[in-house]
Parts: sequence; C-alpha cells; structure tokens
Amino acid sequence: MDAEPPPGAALAAFLDPLAAPLAAGVATLALFGLFVAAAGKNPLEVYQLMAIGAFGSWFSWQNTLLRASPLLLTALCTALPAQMGLVIIGGEGAFVLGGLAAMAAGLPLADHGAPAIVVQVVMAIAGMAAGGALIALAGALRHWRGVNETISSLLLSSIAIAVMNQVVEGPMRDPASLNKPSTRPLPDADLIGNLPGMDVHWGLALGLIACVLAWLLMRRTTFGFASRIVGGNARAARMAGLPVGRMTVIVTAIAGAAAGLAGMVEVAAVQGSANANIAAGYGLSGILVAFLARQHPLAVVPVAILLGGIGASGGLLQRRLDLPDAAVLVLQGILFVALLAGEGLPPLRAWKARISR
Amino acid sequence: MTQDFRISRRAVLAGMSAGAVFSALPLGAARAAGSLTVGFIYVGPKDDYGYNQAHAAGAAAVKAMGVKVVEEERVPETIDVEKTMESMINLDGATLLFPTSFGYFDPHILKEAKKYPNVTFLHCGGLWHEGLPDNVHSYFGYIDEAEYLSGIVAAHVTKTKKFGFVAAKPIPQVLRNINAFTLGARSVDPTITCQVIFTGDWSMPVKEAEATNSLADQGVDVVTCHVDSPKVVIETAEKRGLFTTGYHASQAALAPKGYLTGAEWNWEALYPSLIDDFKAGKKIPGLVRGGLKAGIVKTSAYSALVPDAAKAKADAIKAKFMGDGFAIFAGPIKDNKGATVIDAGAVRGQTDIELEKMGYLVEGVIGSTS
Amino acid sequence: MTTGSLGLWTVPIAVLGGAIRVSTPFLFVSLGELVTEKSGRINLGLEGTLIMGAMSGFGVAYLSGSPWLGVLAAGVVGMALGALHAGVCSLPRVNDIAVGIALMLFGAGLAFYLGKPLVQPRAPTLPALPLGFWSDIPQVRAALEVNGLFIVGVVMTPLLRWALANTRWGLIVRMVGDSAEAARALGYSPLRVRLYATCFGGFMAGVGGSFLSLYYPGSWNEGLSSGQGVTAVALVIFARWNPIACFGASLLFGGAGALGPALQAVGVTSGTYLLNAAPYILTLIILVLSSSSRHRIAGAPGELSVTK
Repeated sequence: MDAEPPPGAALAAFLDPLAAPLAAGVATLALFGLFVAAAGKNPLEVYQLMAIGAFGSWFSWQNTLLRASPLLLTALCTALPAQMGLVIIGGEGAFVLGGLAAMAAGLPLADHGAPAIVVQVVMAIAGMAAGGALIALAGALRHWRGVNETISSLLLSSIAIAVMNQVVEGPMRDPASLNKPSTRPLPDADLIGNLPGMDVHWGLALGLIACVLAWLLMRRTTFGFASRIVGGNARAARMAGLPVGRMTVIVTAIAGAAAGLAGMVEVAAVQGSANANIAAGYGLSGILVAFLARQHPLAVVPVAILLGGIGASGGLLQRRLDLPDAAVLVLQGILFVALLAGEGLPPLRAWKARISR
Repeated sequence: MTQDFRISRRAVLAGMSAGAVFSALPLGAARAAGSLTVGFIYVGPKDDYGYNQAHAAGAAAVKAMGVKVVEEERVPETIDVEKTMESMINLDGATLLFPTSFGYFDPHILKEAKKYPNVTFLHCGGLWHEGLPDNVHSYFGYIDEAEYLSGIVAAHVTKTKKFGFVAAKPIPQVLRNINAFTLGARSVDPTITCQVIFTGDWSMPVKEAEATNSLADQGVDVVTCHVDSPKVVIETAEKRGLFTTGYHASQAALAPKGYLTGAEWNWEALYPSLIDDFKAGKKIPGLVRGGLKAGIVKTSAYSALVPDAAKAKADAIKAKFMGDGFAIFAGPIKDNKGATVIDAGAVRGQTDIELEKMGYLVEGVIGSTS
Repeated sequence: MTTGSLGLWTVPIAVLGGAIRVSTPFLFVSLGELVTEKSGRINLGLEGTLIMGAMSGFGVAYLSGSPWLGVLAAGVVGMALGALHAGVCSLPRVNDIAVGIALMLFGAGLAFYLGKPLVQPRAPTLPALPLGFWSDIPQVRAALEVNGLFIVGVVMTPLLRWALANTRWGLIVRMVGDSAEAARALGYSPLRVRLYATCFGGFMAGVGGSFLSLYYPGSWNEGLSSGQGVTAVALVIFARWNPIACFGASLLFGGAGALGPALQAVGVTSGTYLLNAAPYILTLIILVLSSSSRHRIAGAPGELSVTK
C-alpha cells in the first residue's frame, strides 16, 4: 500500500460510492432499452417520457413526491433495525395496523367534536403504537426466543393484514359503506391537509423529518452508536454489558412506529377511512428502498423519490406508448437487481478471485 | 365521504328535468368535435376476461368513433388514481374521464371533481346523489335483470335442483345478483336452492377454483359467479361437468359443454351514446342507469344446451323487461333467515334505493352475508 | 353429479382433495427452496419465479399442445431466474433477501408483460390419475383425482431426502451450507455449489408455477399466485429443512387453503380472513415454541443468513 494517498484521492473517495449506482443506472437504461425496443418502442422516447412524467413539471414533481411520502416512513421500518443487524420485512403489516388503529382512536374523538389537531395527534400516536407493537413483537421474539425476525415479521405482517380485513368488514364496518367495506369516514375537517403552496400532504414533511431524526438517532447519539455495535457483533455487545434485549425492543418499536405513522397518514390524508385499499404495497416497496439505500436513513430520501418518480411516469408510458403496466414492473426489477449487483462490482478483481477459490 | 344513498325517484326526475333545462342552454359550444380526449381508468388488467375487459370493450367502441382515447390499467384505489386522473387532465388534455372501478368514487373522484370543475367524471357504480358537484355523474346497469333470466334458463336444465354461486364480497351489488339469480330460478321451480360461497376478494383464482370444487362436491349442477374474472370458475365448473352461466362478458368459448347463457355488460352501446351526448353539448344526467331495455346490459346468446321451454319462458320475461317493465323484487319476499324483507303487495322497482342497500339473501339461498 | 350432498362429510373430503390440489405448488417450491437453503442461501424471489414458470409453462403448452413440455419449459425458465439470483448474490456485499425481493418484482413484471396475449386462450391441462376409482361417490372420486405433478412430487420427496443424506452431491451441498470455510478447505467453491442449488430451486419453483396454470386453477391471469412463493419459504423453516416434513407441511397449508370455501359450503361463514391467515399463525406458533435463544433452530444450515 502507498505511504501517501495519491493526488485526487479525495475526489475519488467522494465519487466511489456514487460510481456503483451510476453504473447500475446506465446498465438499467441499456437493458430496459433493449426490452422496449423488442416491444417495438423507441427507447429514447421512453426515457424522455419517464423524465417528463417524473420530473418534467411541477405537477410531475408533486406526483413523484406524493408517491415517495409513504416510502420514506416504511423504509425506516427496515432500515432502522438493520443498524442492529436485524432484517425486518414486516412494514406492510405495521402500516396497515397503524392505519386501522388510527381510525379506531380517531373516530370516537371526532364524534365528540374534538379539535382537528387533537384528533390528528391522537391518531398518529395510536398508529405509531400499533405499528410499533407489531414489529417490537418480532424483535422480542428474536431476542428472547431466538425466532428469526425476518420470518416472524413476514408472518406477523400477513396476520396483521388479515386482521385488518376482518375488522374493517366486521366490527368496525360503516353500515353506509355498503359496496366498499370501510370504517366510518373521518370528518373532512380532521383530514390531514396539504403543505402550504403544494398539492402534497403533510405526510411528506413527516417522512422527511422522520428520516432526519432516524439518522440523528443512529449516527449522533450514544444509543445509536450502541445499536450499531450490536449490529456489528451481538455477542461482543452483550459481553460488554449492553442491554441488547431492551435495545432490540426499542429499535424495532420505533421502526414499527414509523410504518404505523405512514398508515395513519394514508387513512387521514388520502383515503379518509380504513379499508382494504390501505394494503397497497407501500410496505414492500419500503423494504426495497431501505436495501437500495444501504439502510442509511438519509439515503432513503433520494431512493424513495426515485421510486416515486418511476411510479409517477408509469401512467404516462401506458397512455402515450401503449406499454402495459407490467413494463414498469420490469423496469423496477431490472433497476433493483442492477443497483444491488452494482454494490458489489467495484472490487471486480477481488470478485474474480473469490469465485475461483 | 360515503353517504347514505338518497337517490329518491324524485331526485332522479329532478335531475333529469334540470338536465332538460340545461341542455337548452348553449353550453355545448365549447366542446368542439374532434378535439375531445377521453380517459379510461381500470383497476385491473384490461384483458381479465371479465369486469375490466368489458369496460375496455366499451373504450374500444369509443375509439372506433374516431375519438382520442387514453387508457390506464392496474390503477389501485389509492392516491395513484387521483394522480392518474390529474395526469390525464393536465398532460393529455382529457375533458371526460371514465374511472371504472367502484372504489374510485369516494374520496378520489370527489376530490378531483372539486379541483377540476371543467372536467366531466363518469363513474361506474351508481353512487351519485343530489348535492354533488355538477361534473360528477354515475352510471350503472341493472345486470340483475340478466341474472334473473339466467336463473330461469338454468332452472330448466338442473337435475339436482342445486345451484352454486361463487361471489367475491357480500356487498349489495353482489347480493342483488345472487338474489335475482335465485328468484329467477325459483320462479320456475320453488324447490331450487342456491349455495353461495364468498372468496373474500375480487380476484382470487385458487379460492375461486376451490369454491367451485366445493360446490360441485355439494351436488350443485349449475354454477355462476360474481368475481372480476369468471374464467377460473367457468373452466373449473366445466371440468367437473357442471352447467354454467356467465357474467361480465360471454365465457361461452371457455365452456362448450356447460355454458347456457350469461349476464353481460353492454358498455359498447352505452359509451358511444354518452360520448355523442357529450359532444353535442347535451347535459348528461347525474345518474344514468338502465337495464335490458336501455341496452346497458344484455344476455349472452343461448347455447345449444338450452331447451326450447327455457328459451320461451326467458324470452317472455325479457319481453316484459323490454316493455312495460318487470319487477324482480316484488313482495312477499323473505330472506333466508325467515324474516320478511319485502311485504306482500309491495314492489321494489329497478331504481328503488332500498335495493341499493340490500343486505340480505333471499329464501332459497344457502349462505350468510357475514 | 346427481348424488346429493354428503353434509358435514364434505368438509374433510374437500380438505383432502384441496390439500392434494393446492399443496402441489407449495411442495415443489418448498423442496426447491429447501435445497437452496441447505446450501446456505435464501431465495425470496421464488414468488416471481413461480409466476414466470406459470406464464411460460402455459405459453409453451398452448403453442406446442403438450402440457408436459410446458412444465419442462417452466422449469428451465425458473432455472434461469435461479441462476440470475445466484449470480447477483455471488457478488460481494449483496444481501440475498434484497435480491429476492427485486427478483420477485422482476419475475412478476416480466410474466405479466409477456403473458398479456395468454389470458384469452386455453392450454391443454396436465393429466390426472383417478385414484378414487374405487368409490361410488363422485365427491370422493373428484377429491382423489391426483394430478401427475403431485405424484412426481411424492416420488421426489423421499428421493431428495435420500440424496441429501447419502450422495456425494448432497453432502457437498450440506457442507457448503453449514460451513463455507470447511467446504473451501476441501476444494469446493461455495458460490458454485450455491449456484447449482439455487438453479435447482428455481427449476422446482418454475415447475410448481406451471402447475397453477396448467392444472389448477388451470388458466393464466395476473392474479394467479396468492403469495405461494413467499409462503413456501416460511414452509421450509416450518418443516425444519426436512423434505418429508415439507411434504406434510405442504399438505397442511394446502388443506388450510381449501378449508375456507369448504366450511362456507356447510354453513360456517364468519372469520374468513382469519381462517385464511391460519397457516401463518400456525407457523408462527410453531416457530415460537420450538426456537430457543440459546441455540440455533435444530437442522438449520449454519451459513443461512436468517438463522445466524
């Protein structure tokens, strides 16, 4: 190794983490270009439309941001426990349960005429509590019973969705919501409104704040530092006297609370009531965002916006180029595989050495 | 927000008369022919051999008129559809939208209608009521009339006197179809029973197949369904050697040995007529509804398996639907728990709002709504 | 079918028939995933592989007229996706769970895209053995209509168990799964072995998917899979990486899927969603009861990321 860093090393160090995603992006564009060319479409036209659809106008930007909002929070559900070495994929269940709990808490308050801000705060707390409880359960099971948290969070998520469906069509069903079983709706006054001057609801702000707070927690506090030690080597952490069990439960609870909050935003800003539509896959997308962002809370923001942009442009592709909706799924798949693969490519020589060992 | 159905007959008549007044005003001038862009939004894939495909067939008919049509499929009932509508309005210049899934209406269409008062929204579902913005309209077809006729036809071929119905969810529109099918069958033979199994959601192929098998195990010999894509149910029933009646579109090609007839949408007739009205500047009523007579629904052609007696009986009732009208829900009607839901002498006509709130299954249906 | 209803007896009969019918995709996917996990890798992308298998199997069967050719094609396509998974996972610092989810999206998207023209046509279906010929009751006969793939699966299960325990290949796979270092020391490349194991897993998942489109429900549309691929991963853990237990668990999960409609047919109608979630609840309970914070789950491959 050199005794002195060569000139330009600082620049290289800055560009290096970007190199892989950029390479992956180029590879994706090439592959997807081949794919659409095979379908008889002009790849350049496709990319142009996607750029317009995602970022081409203020309207498109807001569309993108709106789709990114829930992802900011649900990604934290995977990214935060990952700092501790836990792989949690139960964000969908926490989201759904959070939405349900938020309605259960908010409706009685709204009935009593409580001021809107009170209703919303209580709903947010209820949503966070429900989501947090679900994921904390997975964390607790992992620590005290050794149950793998990936599997348990997946199972708990499926169970939570079933519970939501059962409750929405059963005990909490609004008798007037006949053809679309839902809970009773929130009064208009209590719905979460839009950010000033934008057509995007406050969920975006909540998501951004949550990501920043998560980053601060993990990178700037002792608790976060300790969590990452556990993530590095749990046994060593235990031997060092860290209260791993308590920390596990706290971190998973916060993670679940983030997803639960996203669920509350969905019912209070978008749907207006809880029904089967809140299980829209935001949890699953959040997992992907977290992995693509390498579990870094701040990196979640650009990744979520990227995904939001792809989703926003999909409609335009369908309408202008007659590409079916599935084409966007293919794009997402190629992009994610490329991005994930790209992380491992830089030490190419070392890789070649590995597989021939 | 979902609100109670208060589509009283008076409201419909008021809306129609207001429409007549409005259409006299020169509001249509702005809608120049040839510059019209119409948007269609589907909740599932366009080629699902069922619900969405029926709407896409209607869209194709509009395209054939030379009108510019933009379509988007697989749009979920979340913020996505709001953004899709806005995208169609802002980027494609659409002035007439057909969001075809029931769940799009509240809150999504209502939000967008307030935002874009110059765009007309035509929602498939019958949720319109007085007090909504002028640019929101609903349309729906009384497909239960066609189901009633299917029931009559099926009643003539059954040997076990047991029918089966695979349904998605116990919501009024579905219950109405189940009840109409059963009432039609029992009008021929009051001993016929209809077993219903709810799969829980609109598209669950494995559950639908299981339900059909389960019904076959129970000795059922005629099966129909109300799910988004009847393909699985019809094909599974065909494998078990059962008779079938179709839904949404004609599945006759899928069941050559068992298909009798079916209840289909006729959007290919309704949509072009709505477009014509729109282009001419005519005010479209808040609620556009109709059954066989209005041409909004139709029946599949009788297959060779249908005996002449069945055809005669069904055609006779069909003639009544097409003529002065025929009330399927005429009292006395009891539900399958024994309570009387429609009194003797009372008649719930096609447009009666009470029918929109249906929460019961009539006598003869085996199954429960909860 | 002119005989009357069998009353409450229909429930166990339906569950049996359903267990056989619905379990076949679970069986194939879980046996495939079992081998993959034995080699130390978890493949969550099997859901996408299953859907691609269903689509390609249906397409090839329709175009060629032979359902078995469709099954083979589905397996090959599945193998290709498995190879993709293994390829990406072999790169350093790549998390196999993330790749699995990415492939889930890719496989599903590709299948929906290519499968658009396949929704309308009908393809020839797989043959079934009427094992219920001894019964007069049509319901029993229908329930015991065991399809060809199920029989293949039944034969494969003990074969796989024997192969993993007794053959050289089985030993290598297990060694790579338990300790990559030990395998490397003996001159085997863990990445190459995992590549083969994941390809096998992909092949099986593709075949499992072809069952859905070629036999039951027997047609192609976008809603065909209801998460069987993901459930199969839980199933493998539920079954403790034991092929025989996988078979039993597949039957259990399949039967549970059939239970809902069967119960409704005899009048039990409430709680359908919770009933559908019963297999997951059961898996969770069993996991909780049999895990311990002190040692790994018995039978878990040492290198498997989810069990470390």
